[in-house]
Amino acid sequence: MQTTTLKETHTHDSHHEEPGFWQGYIFSTDHKVVGIQYAVTALLFLLFGLFLMLMMRWQLAHPGHPVPVMGKILSQLLGEDMASKEGVMSPDLYNSFGAMHGTIMVFLAIVPLLTGAFGNYVMPLQIGAPDMAFPRLNMMSYQFYFVGGVVMFSSFFVPGGAAKSGWTSYSPLASVTDPGHHPNGQTFWLIGMIFLITSSLLGSVNILSTIIQLRAKGLTWMRLPFFVWAQFVTGFLLLLAFPPLEAAGCLQLMDNSFGTSFFLPTGLVVSGHPLNIAGGGSPLLWQHLFWFLAHPEVYVLILPAMGIVAEIIANNTRKPLWGYKSKVYASMTLGFLSFIVWAHHMYLTGMGIRIATFFQTTTMMISIPSVVILTALLISLWGGSIRFNTPMLFAVGFLPMFGIGGLTGLPLGFNASDIQLHDSYYVIGHFHYVVAPGTIFAIFAGIYYWYPKATGRFMNEFWGKVHFGLSMIFMNFIFMPMFIQGLAGMSRRMYDGGATYAEMPGVPGLSPFVLNLNKVISYAAFSLAIAQIPFIINFFWSIKHGKKITSDNPWDATTLEWQTPTPPGHGNFTKPIEVFRGPYEYSVPGCPTDFLPQNDPGNAKTLTHEHTVHR
Amino acid sequence: MNIPYTVERREDTGLYNAKLGVWLFLASEVMLFGALFSSYILLRVGADAGTWPRHWLDYKLGALNTVILIISSVTNVIAWANLKLGSFSKYRFYQSITMVCAVTFLGIKSYEYYGKFHHYTVTLKDGRIADGHIQLQETTKDKLVLDGYWPASQAVVMDPPSKVEESKIEIETKDIAEKHNYGPSRNNFAGLYFTMTGLHVLHIIGGILVIFAIWGPLSGMHKTDPDRYANRVEVAGLFWSFVDLVWLFIFPTFYLL
Repeated sequence: MQTTTLKETHTHDSHHEEPGFWQGYIFSTDHKVVGIQYAVTALLFLLFGLFLMLMMRWQLAHPGHPVPVMGKILSQLLGEDMASKEGVMSPDLYNSFGAMHGTIMVFLAIVPLLTGAFGNYVMPLQIGAPDMAFPRLNMMSYQFYFVGGVVMFSSFFVPGGAAKSGWTSYSPLASVTDPGHHPNGQTFWLIGMIFLITSSLLGSVNILSTIIQLRAKGLTWMRLPFFVWAQFVTGFLLLLAFPPLEAAGCLQLMDNSFGTSFFLPTGLVVSGHPLNIAGGGSPLLWQHLFWFLAHPEVYVLILPAMGIVAEIIANNTRKPLWGYKSKVYASMTLGFLSFIVWAHHMYLTGMGIRIATFFQTTTMMISIPSVVILTALLISLWGGSIRFNTPMLFAVGFLPMFGIGGLTGLPLGFNASDIQLHDSYYVIGHFHYVVAPGTIFAIFAGIYYWYPKATGRFMNEFWGKVHFGLSMIFMNFIFMPMFIQGLAGMSRRMYDGGATYAEMPGVPGLSPFVLNLNKVISYAAFSLAIAQIPFIINFFWSIKHGKKITSDNPWDATTLEWQTPTPPGHGNFTKPIEVFRGPYEYSVPGCPTDFLPQNDPGNAKTLTHEHTVHR
Repeated sequence: MNIPYTVERREDTGLYNAKLGVWLFLASEVMLFGALFSSYILLRVGADAGTWPRHWLDYKLGALNTVILIISSVTNVIAWANLKLGSFSKYRFYQSITMVCAVTFLGIKSYEYYGKFHHYTVTLKDGRIADGHIQLQETTKDKLVLDGYWPASQAVVMDPPSKVEESKIEIETKDIAEKHNYGPSRNNFAGLYFTMTGLHVLHIIGGILVIFAIWGPLSGMHKTDPDRYANRVEVAGLFWSFVDLVWLFIFPTFYLL
């Protein structure tokens, strides 16, 4: 069947004219173009999210001092109530940058990179599909994402500024800020989120349908590359966890714009004035609905990253991934458990000891599959003749960084220790270790690894290694001190970086050492930003000037995405694809090369690590 | 380029792509409405005694709408079955009943909404409470005219008797201490009612637009690619059945409980 389909494809294709600019690049339904659109847009948002944080880090290191260069521009762009004429950030601006940094990084940068960019570009190639199952929905998914991004970005310029109630938008705070402006930044945030959730819905339905329906002949479930499994579980998380946030968003929009009080309790008094509302709402309800999304979201942020790292580690250790099946089952367990741990974000809300105990138990349980996956990746390194190219450096760097992020999460999962650590810089350090040197390193690894497939050229190795080395150092200088600050009791979301709580004669407080760490962190953050310049230049420069690849499979890899022309044309494969073996058949005894592609008929019975060939 | 299984079924899953896609989409929809129903439960359980209204909605209109939607679901399935049996004209006939039912549903729903927005509870400065539908023609800047009754207390407003003697009530504007209609901001019951039925109405509108598009403007495909056309009808029908199913939960939750 596959054969006939592909034959038809060829005759069919020859009648087509080359698509023009609009059809080919802007309104394309080709999964690879959509993937690249996602990648470029999301990388820009990643940079923008970093920029917001740099502004905040200046304020934290030098509270009340004008932000150099950018301060005056901010004052011009956003008005003097946001940043003074000299360029000092206002508390409102700080709050809105904080809220938007989180929102942009999570919903507009990392998730779109992992699922929109890598999921779109790589996954269909890895399963031997000609495209996604629903190409037009795929295009719409990007368009919804783009509109959502525009709405979020434009919210900086509405009167009162962008949303400033944290990326979590807790009610009642989110409903009572900017009361003078309607619609205000929070309204934009909610509408932007509804667009992003729609985009995610279309994307996840597409990814799941594609994996279930369009696997090539012979590509059974246990022969899927681990990256595809990661996308599969992630697809379910996005599909099922996002709608409750959409519901919550609708309810909060009703609260903010139509006078309902779903999240506003009876007797709410703001700035000394009782609010004219019906009351009877529950602030806890918002938190439940929000975290019902936002905890699975954490695994959306990490699972595809693990998938990318797994591909690169198998390829560069030149041996099969250790514990492939355990990892598959672990990711399914992880996906399931991630739906029943959300309230560990809410231990301090007074929701009750019994509920807290339940969520503490499930939280400890979910660390097991995470550790299974990480350990399997670590053991995969054992005994391999490792090639330390740039993608591999980032992939290997991911392991300890994610390890630190994961292990420092345990004290937060325990009810008792969380009471001390909650809402402190310790939490910031913890989840940034997971997402920044964790997931973002995996994203860089993936970009360096699949770049030759998309462009036909390698990115520069030397500057890649510089990028890795500097990023690794500065990431740790940024996030490691945060653990110390948090343990010392420094709260997150403080405009002056805790200076108000400085030690004074006879009064215990934050010691000068802890406060001075703010400067260390900030300068490391500025340096991290500078360390990204080699990457940005490398990324564009290599399109035209990078080292040309000499074959379609430059890394000598086994998975199907390397069996296409480079870059793959519309419809991807030029020959019928049939799969004969698992995804990581490296260094098979008796095989002339040290890799055996999944679709190489070879001597299917003997040339495999599997004892028996599953059909 | 052809994407496999757009029309024919894949052997191991037994599905064509769109059917799987719509089932996944419906799973997501279950979570959306599930979250709203959960919110309903949490807010109702947490409400202070006497603050959750009863008998505010006319269950007869709700029941009528339920019957209408069930009929539309049945005709939708009969239409699809007839299409599969090769009778395009019968498909068109039954599907038009589906659409008429949907429009009737929307009509009744708008009538209910209209009533709620024009229904006021007025507290007078002397403490009396009036409750009824505003008479817009007679209401002026100085006086408010209601077609309603005088409940003895707020408790009666929250759970009105099934039959009340309605009469014309005229209230001087200067005597009004507070007035509030039965719109979404009235309380969480009204808020949830409008939010959930409103979201459901959006689904009805979306569903009927798709069914109409397949029925009318896109029906040319019936001749060029009949299998794919039947699949489209089936997939839209799955969504339509889901929308009806949501109503079967909304109706008892708001009208009966």
